[in-house]
Amino acid sequence: MAKKSYRQAINDALRQEMRRDPNVIVLGEDVAGGHGASGETGGVGGVFGLTGGLYKEFGPTRVLDTPISESAIIGAASGAAVTGMRPVAEIMFVDFVGVCFDQIYNQAAKFRYMFGGKAKTPMVIRTAIGAGFRGGAQHSQTLHPLFTMVPGLKVVMPANPYDAKGLLISAIRDDDPVIFMESKVLYDMEGEVPDEAYRIPFGEANIVREGKDLTFVAFGAMVPRALAVANTLAAEGISVEVIDPRTTSPLDEDTILESVAKTGRLVVIDESPPRCGLAADISSLVADKGFRSLKAPIGKVTCPHTPVPFAPNLEDEFMPNPRRIEEAARAVLAYS
Amino acid sequence: MQLSRDDLKRAYRSMFTIRTFEERVVKEFAQGNIPGFAHVYLGQEASGVGVCFDLSNDDYIGSTHRGHGHCIAKGCDVHGMMLEIMGKEGGLCGGKGGSMHIADMSKGMLGANAIVGGSPPIAVGAALTQKLKGTGKVAVAFSGDGASNQGTTFEALNMAVVLKVPAIFVFENNGYGEHTASSYAVGGPSIVERAKSFGMPGEVVDGSDFFAVREAMGRALERGRANEGPYALEIVCSRFTGHFVGDPQAYRLPEEVAKAKANDPIPRFRNAVTEAALLEHADLDAIEQEVLAEVEDAVQVGMAANRPSLSTLEKDVYVRY
Repeated sequence: MAKKSYRQAINDALRQEMRRDPNVIVLGEDVAGGHGASGETGGVGGVFGLTGGLYKEFGPTRVLDTPISESAIIGAASGAAVTGMRPVAEIMFVDFVGVCFDQIYNQAAKFRYMFGGKAKTPMVIRTAIGAGFRGGAQHSQTLHPLFTMVPGLKVVMPANPYDAKGLLISAIRDDDPVIFMESKVLYDMEGEVPDEAYRIPFGEANIVREGKDLTFVAFGAMVPRALAVANTLAAEGISVEVIDPRTTSPLDEDTILESVAKTGRLVVIDESPPRCGLAADISSLVADKGFRSLKAPIGKVTCPHTPVPFAPNLEDEFMPNPRRIEEAARAVLAYS
Repeated sequence: MQLSRDDLKRAYRSMFTIRTFEERVVKEFAQGNIPGFAHVYLGQEASGVGVCFDLSNDDYIGSTHRGHGHCIAKGCDVHGMMLEIMGKEGGLCGGKGGSMHIADMSKGMLGANAIVGGSPPIAVGAALTQKLKGTGKVAVAFSGDGASNQGTTFEALNMAVVLKVPAIFVFENNGYGEHTASSYAVGGPSIVERAKSFGMPGEVVDGSDFFAVREAMGRALERGRANEGPYALEIVCSRFTGHFVGDPQAYRLPEEVAKAKANDPIPRFRNAVTEAALLEHADLDAIEQEVLAEVEDAVQVGMAANRPSLSTLEKDVYVRY
C-alpha cells in the first residue's frame, strides 16, 4: 500500500469523487488561485495545497474560486446542494466561521428537518483546525463543539491519512451537511492509504490501541498524542486503550462505553476549551450511561479557558501535550 | 409578451388568492388559531405575482419572513400552506416549519426564511446549479429593504457577479424594515444603485403595477436564461399592515396607510384589464368567488386537522441521542 500524507489523502478523495460524480464541485478562496493575476491561474490549490491540481484537471466550472465572502461561499454551497449539486466548500480556517455561521446553523443544517424531510443538502464544509501552527488567536481554534451541538450537522475529525480519505469520501456521498475538520498539524503526517476509493462510515470509532487498565478518548490531532503517551505507559506495564471516535456527531457511544466497562478508568483528551466541549460531553455520557463501570473520577485534558496564545512556549502549554496527558492518566490510575 | 385572457385570469387569481389568504391569516391569528407570529403580504401582491408569473417549477425562489405571498405566487398549495401555518399534520413541511419556513422543493420554493438576508447567498447557489447544469433556469432571491443592509446580501450580490450566475435579486422595498423606515435605515440613493454598483443591471419598479413588475422581471429573465449574469429589481411597494399581525403601527400616520391603500394593486389590475376590455368584471368576480371558497375550505380543513404526531418529533434527523 502506498504511503501518503494526510494532505495527499484528502486531495485523492476530492479528485476521485470529482471523477466519479460530475455534480461534485469545489468552491472557496484560492482553491484554484491566481484568477485575474498576471501569472499562472489555478496553481495555488488552496492555502494549504489541499485542492492542488484539481483546477488543472477539472477546470473553472468544477473548481470555483470565490471572493473572500464566507457567507456567500456557504450559501452558494447549500443553495447548490438543495438543487442537485454536491459541493465541497472550503473555509480556509475554522476561525472564519464567525462570519458565516448563520448560513451553516440556521440554514443548511435545518433544511432537512424544517422543511419536513423534503430537502436534501449534500454538502461538505472542509476547514482547517487546531493550534500548534503559531497562527495566533484567530487562526488556531478547534471549535468542533460549536458544530457538534447543532442538530443536522455531521462533524468529522480525521486523525490519520487513511481515515482522512475514507471519511471525506463518505462525507461527499452523504446527503446531509458535513463539517470536515482537518487538523493543520497533521497535514504532513504520513500513513498507508489505498489508491482506490473507499469509505469509512460515520459513527464508528477506531480502536487505535487495545488496552485493559485505562481508556483514552481523543479527537483529531490529539489521537497521535494520546497514542504516544499510551506507548510510554506501556513500557511500565500499564495497558491503555486509545479510542478515536472519528466523528463527534454521530458519536459511537457504544465503543466508548464498552471500553470503560472493561477498564473502569477514563481520560478524555480534547483540543477545545474545558466548558461545553467534547471532554465535558464524553464525561457526561460516561457518567450517565457508564456510571457503574467507573473506578475513578474521569480525567479531562483540554485547553485552558483562554484564546490561543501566540508565543510558542505558551501555545505548546495551551495544547494538551504529552506531559499533561500523562499527568492526568497517572492521577486517574492512582485513584482507588 | 402579450398576455392572453387566461394569463390575466391566472394573474388575478394569484393576487386575489394572496389577498384572501392573508386576510384570513390575520383573522385566524386574532382568534388564536395560528400559533407563534405571522407576517402578511397584504399590499405587495403585484410584486410576488409579477416576479413569479413567468417562472416554472424548475426556476427557484428563496423568500423572506414575509413569504406567504411568494409561496402562493410560486404555486404552492393553499391547503398545504394553511395546514403548515396552523402547525397541523399534512402541512407542506409536516408542521415542522411554520409561517416563516414554508418550502416546497417540487415548486422550486426554497423556503421562506426567518433570517433577514438569509436567502440571497442560497439563491446564488441555486443559480450556480442552473449555470453548471446548463438548464436555462434562474434563481430569485426575494429580500426586503431591511435585508439590503445585511452583509450577506452584499456578499451574494458580489458573488453572483463574480461567478456570473443567473440570480435575480428582488428587493421589495415596502418602506419599512420591521418598525423603522427605509428612509432612515438605507443609506445612499437607492437599493438598486447598491446592486448596480456590484456590476449588474437593475431597475426600480412600481410594485403596485403587476404589468410593470412582470415586464421588468422579463428583462431580468431574458438575461438570466441566456446565462448573462445576475439582475436586480427594486420593487417599491406598500405594506398595508404592520410588521407582524397585531403590530399597532403607532409609528405610521393613518394618512400614510390610507394613501398606500389608495394605490391597491388589486383594484388597479381590475381597472386596467376591464377598461382595456381584456376581461369583464364578471370574469374577475367569478375568480374571486372561487378563491374565497378555496381559502375558506383551506381554513376549515386546517381547523379540523390534527397536530403532527409526536412520533414525528425526531423524524428527519440523522441521529438521536
